[in-house]
Amino acid sequence: MDKGRDGAPIEIANLRKAFGQQTVLRGLNLRVNRGETVAVLGRSGSGKSVLLKLIIRLQMTDSGSIRVAGEEITSAQVPQLNDIRKKVGFLFQKAALYDSLNVEENVAFPLRRHTRMSDAERKERVGELLASVGMDRDLRKMPSELSGGMQKRVGLARALALDPGILLFDEPTAGLDPITAEEIGRLILELKQKRKMSAIVVTHDVHAAKLFSDRLLLLHEGTILAEGTFDELQASHDRFVAQFLGHGSRGD
Amino acid sequence: MTLLPLLILAAASEPLAGSLRDQVTIAKTALGRMFEWFGEFGTFCARLVRAGLIPPYELGELIKQCDAIGSKSLPLVVLAGAATGVVFSLQTHDSLTRFGAKSFLPAVIVFSIIRESGPVITGLMVSGRVGAGIGAELGSMKVTEQIDAMEASAVDPYKFLVATRVVACILMLPLLTLAADFSGILMGWAANALAEPISLRLFFESGFKSVTFSDFIPPSLKTAVFGLIIGTVACFAGMRTRGGTEGVGRSAISAVVLSSLFVILADVVLVRLILTIWG
Repeated sequence: MDKGRDGAPIEIANLRKAFGQQTVLRGLNLRVNRGETVAVLGRSGSGKSVLLKLIIRLQMTDSGSIRVAGEEITSAQVPQLNDIRKKVGFLFQKAALYDSLNVEENVAFPLRRHTRMSDAERKERVGELLASVGMDRDLRKMPSELSGGMQKRVGLARALALDPGILLFDEPTAGLDPITAEEIGRLILELKQKRKMSAIVVTHDVHAAKLFSDRLLLLHEGTILAEGTFDELQASHDRFVAQFLGHGSRGD
Repeated sequence: MTLLPLLILAAASEPLAGSLRDQVTIAKTALGRMFEWFGEFGTFCARLVRAGLIPPYELGELIKQCDAIGSKSLPLVVLAGAATGVVFSLQTHDSLTRFGAKSFLPAVIVFSIIRESGPVITGLMVSGRVGAGIGAELGSMKVTEQIDAMEASAVDPYKFLVATRVVACILMLPLLTLAADFSGILMGWAANALAEPISLRLFFESGFKSVTFSDFIPPSLKTAVFGLIIGTVACFAGMRTRGGTEGVGRSAISAVVLSSLFVILADVVLVRLILTIWG
């Protein structure tokens, strides 16, 4: 497996995925450059979340290539696959915190599994991670005691635990009130500036996407309909793009 | 949960007036689902075996599961065993008195509990409590993407969640059976002693006088197979959950129903096997 040192963190070519009769992605091509944040916009059911799951092989592709950190993930063997996954942080739509573990244990989970840190070191690292998302006062709380926004913050701290170079966000602001959504958006922007990570953010929140992304993609009927900065997309004459940005920017 | 009975049910649920073609289509769909179920179950078992055999092993999680499955089922199993012992004592006391064979009472209670009732009662109680628990827990983890999150952080959920639960069930069932046997015999004596005073020592002596290795060990160890069945079926039901909270409910039901059914069916085979080998 070639490492592709100069390759892009994420490179997707001709990706196809269907569920039964329903084709979700039809030959998608996407490249995320180092340090770049790309927002993938699209209507519900347009295959945005599926795209993220394919990138770390939580689902299998039908055909096409996905290179993550220079390595082909679609054909990787389990040990290689796990090595790639350790380089990627994933924030799930509903945070997906482990119900049976408290906040501290949730964030410590990847560290406990993949590092040889002592208890004290791990505790310190968890403290730092939670402080970076403003959650360092609720270490002992269980996920069910947290609000949606707080769960997202803890989920983000857990995604950052192994210091990944690539981050994938699945609807980071969905289901949150506008103020909390703005806070999470700013947090992502702050992390991006501080850690210089490459990221794909799947969202239908145009306002948040505008805030933290370098480039926006509009996914429609399984392919990329439009691509560019927010201003470039806004200048588009395509009816769907104009309609999407128009509705989206009003906080849809 | 698309097994043969479902196939028949699906075909029978259509009105008789429905055309033959419809019936054939329904039968085909049900048959397809049945094969899909077996296919998925086969893949699940293959992943489970691989995860269970290849190191590293999740010993910490295994101990936690042994506690959750073993220690926390203990009161229930002891109570069920005790109730069985009392019922046996009451029923047999009356019957044996009628035939003038009252002196056999301790032996009848001991034999029936250690050879059959203890293991089966334990198997069924655990498939109810633990089967539903595992089915619902893994099911809700599945629908809330916690299992995906685990995979995304490069941890194999088959190793961490499934193998540990299955192995804990295999290890804990024989121990729980011992507890059920003991409480059953003890309460059998107590119930008997109320009607007709007999010392515990005498009861034990006369009950265990003719008990041999083959009466006790194989039936107790067969519950390890029950444990394998309960753990595997419940984890499978949980891991293939689809469709939100409704799906979690379906998984819990499916875990309990299938694991209890398979425990009873396995018992038939195992009893025959034990009788063949140990007489």
